[in-house]
Amino acid sequence: MAEFLVFLFNFILGVLEEGFAYAIMALGVYITYKILDFPDLSVDGTFPLGGAVAVVLIIAGVNPVLTLFISFLAGALAGTIAGLIHVKLKVRDLFSGIIMMTALYSINLRIAGKSNVAIFSKDTIFENSFLEKYIPDSLKPYITVILLFIIILILKLILDFYLNTKSGYLLRAIGDNPTLVTSLAVDKGKIKIIGLALANGFVALSGAIYCQKSGFFEISMGTGTMTIGLASVIIGTNLFRKVSFIKSTTAVIIGSLLYKLCVSIAISLGMPASDLKLITAILFLGILVISSDRKRKVKSNA
Amino acid sequence: MLELRNINKFYNPGTINEMCLFDGFNLTIKDQEFVSVVGSNGSGKTSMLNIICGSIPIDRGRIIINNKDIANIPEFKRCRHIGRVYQNPSMGTCPNMTILENMSLADNKGKPFNLSRGTTKSRIDYYRGLLRSLNLGLEDKLSIQVGSLSGGQRQAMSLLMSTMTPIEFLILDEHTAALDPKTAEVIMELTDKIVKEKKLTTIMVTHNLRYAVEYGSRLIMMHQGNVILDKSGEEKKNMKVDDILDKFTQISIELGN
Repeated sequence: MAEFLVFLFNFILGVLEEGFAYAIMALGVYITYKILDFPDLSVDGTFPLGGAVAVVLIIAGVNPVLTLFISFLAGALAGTIAGLIHVKLKVRDLFSGIIMMTALYSINLRIAGKSNVAIFSKDTIFENSFLEKYIPDSLKPYITVILLFIIILILKLILDFYLNTKSGYLLRAIGDNPTLVTSLAVDKGKIKIIGLALANGFVALSGAIYCQKSGFFEISMGTGTMTIGLASVIIGTNLFRKVSFIKSTTAVIIGSLLYKLCVSIAISLGMPASDLKLITAILFLGILVISSDRKRKVKSNA
Repeated sequence: MLELRNINKFYNPGTINEMCLFDGFNLTIKDQEFVSVVGSNGSGKTSMLNIICGSIPIDRGRIIINNKDIANIPEFKRCRHIGRVYQNPSMGTCPNMTILENMSLADNKGKPFNLSRGTTKSRIDYYRGLLRSLNLGLEDKLSIQVGSLSGGQRQAMSLLMSTMTPIEFLILDEHTAALDPKTAEVIMELTDKIVKEKKLTTIMVTHNLRYAVEYGSRLIMMHQGNVILDKSGEEKKNMKVDDILDKFTQISIELGN
């Protein structure tokens, strides 16, 4: 019995860690998919981009906290480029994401130098001399989950704040009714680019944190990111659609946790770890079928 | 003053479906004129509005507002001085945002959309007052999503939002066509009130001949990309719905129907 409780405890701890780390990415996908109404596939490339930037900087001896900001900026830059391709070169939204995702695969390899980079012995935001010194031993096993919780909470509050600013209003308006944004004498393209930059910044930040948590970078870590993000967003927003006091951002974070819980249960029931992406895909399909997400939207060509 | 000079507009140029809509189209609208535009489908009414607003490009010609050619200025910049209400009531509002958020957005037109609070608290009473003037009870529903309002309520809001900040031109694109007769009447009266209050230069495309006759200071009828009837002043005041109907009939006879 005691053994089972220990197992259950560690299991939940693992789900929380993974769920929080991916929730940051899910917030990014929430911005593009739910707010901008833009199917942004570059996410599969910007997640490992953030990871690659973080591990390379950590190996070079840069402060791990600082690497998070730089990763965010790298992701924002990639998002900006995806946006420019869409807005300035008039490439369809889906294609500009695919172009970015494919290009980023090579770019990530160039940044990281090789397809696997380990940072086990280096300082990260979860393992460093500062935490070593000031955190009591009894708290040590939970430090990762506590830090992740603090980070996601801060990011959620920042995003909530932003969405309630004038600039944030425009971001919400553009997914809702692009014509209105033009009527307000604002360049639609600019707002889309801002949204994509912000979203991909979140995703890259998530990748950086994920790499620091797991201790290594791997080139294929981005495959399926989009699916996980979408699944989290759709579970969260559908589950809490009727509950008005829970903000969408909170719903997305809970969605991410629930999604990771489902995957972890499938793995612990005996599915081999190599089937992870298959489980991811099937779960996502299931969620789509159950929720059949229908959205109010204004046609822009009436 | 708004001038369209020598406008050429082709649809699908270079293909088998090439169609010339405007060939040397000219129109001058004086300040504070309220122009009603009627005409059969495909006569170029909505295209004309789109050309003025910059939603579609022209092939040749000049669009002059206050002695400045704006033909090469992008749509969003032209919108700074233009308010537009569409036929579809959902085009003028954001369905997933609340009434208050929509009003705040409209109120900020022309000002920077920065990182300050989206809704200015001190403006809420002003929004309430504006909404109260609609007599639709919207002033008590500020935190309701606009998507849950009826078409008429949304169109009233669209009208309010597009005329909230100082503009010079009001473009109405069959803005009562999707509403029931009673609501259409209310919206039309509201339009007239706003136009008179704010002294706006207005172009209203409509299929409702009675509105075209009753409202506005000038009436234009379009056919195949040309103005075939243009009445203003006393002549406009003496126009009757039957006069326009006669003209419609005359055109279809000429076309051989």
